[in-house]
Amino acid sequence: MADASSSTRGDLRIVDVTKSFGDFTAVDDLTLTIPEGSFFALLGPSGCGKTTTLRMIAGLEEPTQGSIHIGNTDITHTRPYQRPVNTVFQNYALFPHLSIFENIAFGLRRRGIKDVKEAVDKVLNLVELPHLAQRKPVQLSGGQQQRIALARAIVNRPALLLLDEPLGALDLKLRRQMQIELKWIQTEVGITFVHVTHDQEEAMTMADTIAVMNEGKVEQMGTPADLYDNPKTAFVANFLGQSNLIEGRIDGNDGDNFVVDVFGQKIKINKNRSHAKDSSVLAGVRPEKIRIQPAGTAMSGNVLTGGVISDASYIGVSTQYQVEMPWKQELMVFEQNDEGGQPLEKGDAVTLSWEPVFTFALDGREDAFAGSEVHADEQ
Amino acid sequence: MRLTWWFRKNLIRIYMVLGFTYLFVPVAYTFAFSFNNGGKSNLVWKGFTLGNWQNPCGAPDVCLALGNSIRVGLISTVAATFLGTLIAFALGRHQFKGRSTTNTLIFLPMATPEVVLGASLLAMFLNLGINPGFWPVVIAHVMFCISFVVVTVKARIASLDPRLEQAAMDLYANEFETFRKVTLPLVAPGIAGAALLAFSLSFDDFIITNFNSGTLTTFPKFVYVASARGIPAQANVIGSAMFFLALFIVIAGQLVNKRKAR
Repeated sequence: MADASSSTRGDLRIVDVTKSFGDFTAVDDLTLTIPEGSFFALLGPSGCGKTTTLRMIAGLEEPTQGSIHIGNTDITHTRPYQRPVNTVFQNYALFPHLSIFENIAFGLRRRGIKDVKEAVDKVLNLVELPHLAQRKPVQLSGGQQQRIALARAIVNRPALLLLDEPLGALDLKLRRQMQIELKWIQTEVGITFVHVTHDQEEAMTMADTIAVMNEGKVEQMGTPADLYDNPKTAFVANFLGQSNLIEGRIDGNDGDNFVVDVFGQKIKINKNRSHAKDSSVLAGVRPEKIRIQPAGTAMSGNVLTGGVISDASYIGVSTQYQVEMPWKQELMVFEQNDEGGQPLEKGDAVTLSWEPVFTFALDGREDAFAGSEVHADEQ
Repeated sequence: MRLTWWFRKNLIRIYMVLGFTYLFVPVAYTFAFSFNNGGKSNLVWKGFTLGNWQNPCGAPDVCLALGNSIRVGLISTVAATFLGTLIAFALGRHQFKGRSTTNTLIFLPMATPEVVLGASLLAMFLNLGINPGFWPVVIAHVMFCISFVVVTVKARIASLDPRLEQAAMDLYANEFETFRKVTLPLVAPGIAGAALLAFSLSFDDFIITNFNSGTLTTFPKFVYVASARGIPAQANVIGSAMFFLALFIVIAGQLVNKRKAR
């Protein structure tokens, strides 16, 4: 396969990019480097600026300010067809009047490549649909169209492949399967993939690096594990999975840990996981990290006593508890059903505990619910 | 009881039969009388003959008039379709000053009574020193056909997903190639439909043509003039042939669409 542009290769750099539509700032002074060959996800709720960012990389929007580079080439103001960038559109945008073969060959032909058959056949084999070459797009199922849209883009061997909510139109089962397939294809072809999605699970399954976007800015960037275990803001803590965020105050030091007072009880937080600006903090812990035992059981680590189960839902693999604490906050606890014995019930008095290493601390002035509502809306 | 039940069940069908009868009785009458051995006058049935169909140009001047109508129709269609498509793209795809005014003005010829248009055009041509005849008729036809072409093509452009053109640009097609390889093929059915509409409007027009044609005889004008003395059966032959041609185009189009969809 011929490269779209062998001279333009390297990391994608977005430098101080702002995009405004009238009074509305869709992307606000964004700076981002996406390493060559990575699978990068831009994750955020709708309206966070992720799609606008993608369209600026594709050349379908022009930044109001700032610049975009691939390697050493400035592509900020070049036309879409002058960039070594291809896009898999949200609704696939296959050309309805052309056969699948001609759809895939489109980019090659525009670049003046005469002998397209070999390249098209190869990419059709890669997406496992060689028998559909002569069909029209309307004759294909959603999942097949999705793969053809991918094939039409990667056959050009772009420096950068953009995916705009590529799995949004597929049902859950097919989506799972395509997530694994996309990841495999990316490894196979070695092209940089930039993936835009509002689905945190999709981003975490596929991407090496995720940038969580909110209101035109990147909230935090890192590996999926990094973002999940050590979120820097309440938005990230709530948007990626669920978090219990408890108000507290740093009370002292204990080696590598801060000692934090939460409503009269002391817990420890590793200093590496503290993003507090001063002594006021939100102490965070993921629901599945918490152990739950009947009140009075001796427990180690960070211990919070005085909880009462206000709701228990058995969902097979685990049981989800809502525990009301003495300060009237409901904490979530996910307990694996791997111990047998009598399950705890609504109204039981309980003690909660977890390993200090699983705790993170956020700036105490943040809104503890940031990112949780948008998340619920889009699921 | 049973009868009312049957009646209720078949009400829609009965209504449909009555409706189509109403629509097609005149056509059937025209078709039947194309076989009338009526000589000069074709008002009463005088016996069956295939002679009219074997010799459609038999009546004096009927084919001359038909030829004029086809010539006017083809030239007007090509010109109106070309200009109308350009206008439709401008209105459908671009923002410019005066766009909404143009949108409204385009409708004006469709809304104006033909008698008024015909009379005004004649006055205008005479004032400009242009004598009625072939070209004034063509110009008049292009004028009113453009409106219909613009409306038809614009509807097609509006239903076109802009992401298809973005996808083409993303796949290395520059503006011209995007238009030629994606936009135009997708809008083409709308343009073809507009052209057919323009041709039938032009072919069918009598009022505006009558004002501006001078000595030029078109087919509708021939029929109108002939009706004073009795329309020759050849007019029925040509009318029926046009009807079946149109029917054939519609059915063929449907079949092609069905095959494409499969």
